[in-house]
Amino acid sequence: MRFGVAVYPGSNCDYDTYYVIRDILKKEVEFVDYRQTDLSKYDCIVVPGGFSFGDYLRPGAIASHTPLTWALRNFAEKGKFVVGICNGFQILTEAHLLPGALLPNNHGKFVCKHQFLRVENNQTVFTRKFSPGQVVIMPIAHHDGNYFVDEETLKEMEENGQIILRYCDMEGNVSYKANPNGSVSNIAGVCNKGKNVFGLMPHPERACEPILGSFDGLLFLQSILREA
Amino acid sequence: MIIKFFIKPRKGVLDPQGRAVAESLKSLGFESTNKVFVGRYVEVHIEETDRDKAREMAVDMAKKALVNDLIEDYEFEIVEG
Repeated sequence: MRFGVAVYPGSNCDYDTYYVIRDILKKEVEFVDYRQTDLSKYDCIVVPGGFSFGDYLRPGAIASHTPLTWALRNFAEKGKFVVGICNGFQILTEAHLLPGALLPNNHGKFVCKHQFLRVENNQTVFTRKFSPGQVVIMPIAHHDGNYFVDEETLKEMEENGQIILRYCDMEGNVSYKANPNGSVSNIAGVCNKGKNVFGLMPHPERACEPILGSFDGLLFLQSILREA
Repeated sequence: MIIKFFIKPRKGVLDPQGRAVAESLKSLGFESTNKVFVGRYVEVHIEETDRDKAREMAVDMAKKALVNDLIEDYEFEIVEG
């Protein structure tokens, strides 16, 4: 299985993601420039975190109109895997590859901490290595992570099993108190209807080695490998 | 011609920036401050003399790039320049 890591001007988690795939997962991986359109040799593209194009206009807005993102639409239509982390999640919503939008955090501050998350659907290619309702811990670091979607779409997403991760406390309770940014229904990660495009605000690539305090993030990537 | 876009958070969508500014204005003595919305102003200069075409272009620009209609509302005006 061959991975590509998208690189936009302002991406800053690209090397972390590349490192995890190459050195921990031990899989083939290349950087993919935002002007590139040929994605035929990849099975999975990871759109990493950062501040693509300086978050100008809205986070992810400019990046969603680049040649690479246009090519990602065809790539996703073919059923190949796309994962957007943090700013990558924002880019995928702006590109309409995922429903909803990411608003500024409700408290107006940047949030940077380890966060408990509950796996809401472990029947996807991205979460098969998790048990149902498993509580994991991963870092979050964002200013615009307040997931917003209208009620009708939310209902539809719930019925389709598109809610993948929710913010929770240590015991797995999804509560207002455990919500770090004001996201609708404590949503931390979602997928598309076809279940081959996944976006999340937490950083799995920063939680792949015991020395970093958590290696729960590795399970996402290992889930994708199992699928291939 | 110049297209002037006024973009603001859509009604019902949380605007923490607006809320913080409202509190700040109140603390400065502007107690009648009710609500504040903080948005964006975008000015696009175009080589176009036909007003209708400019209007059409403005709507297209908003839809494709400048505005995310899930979370934002916008208005625009076109002026000579």
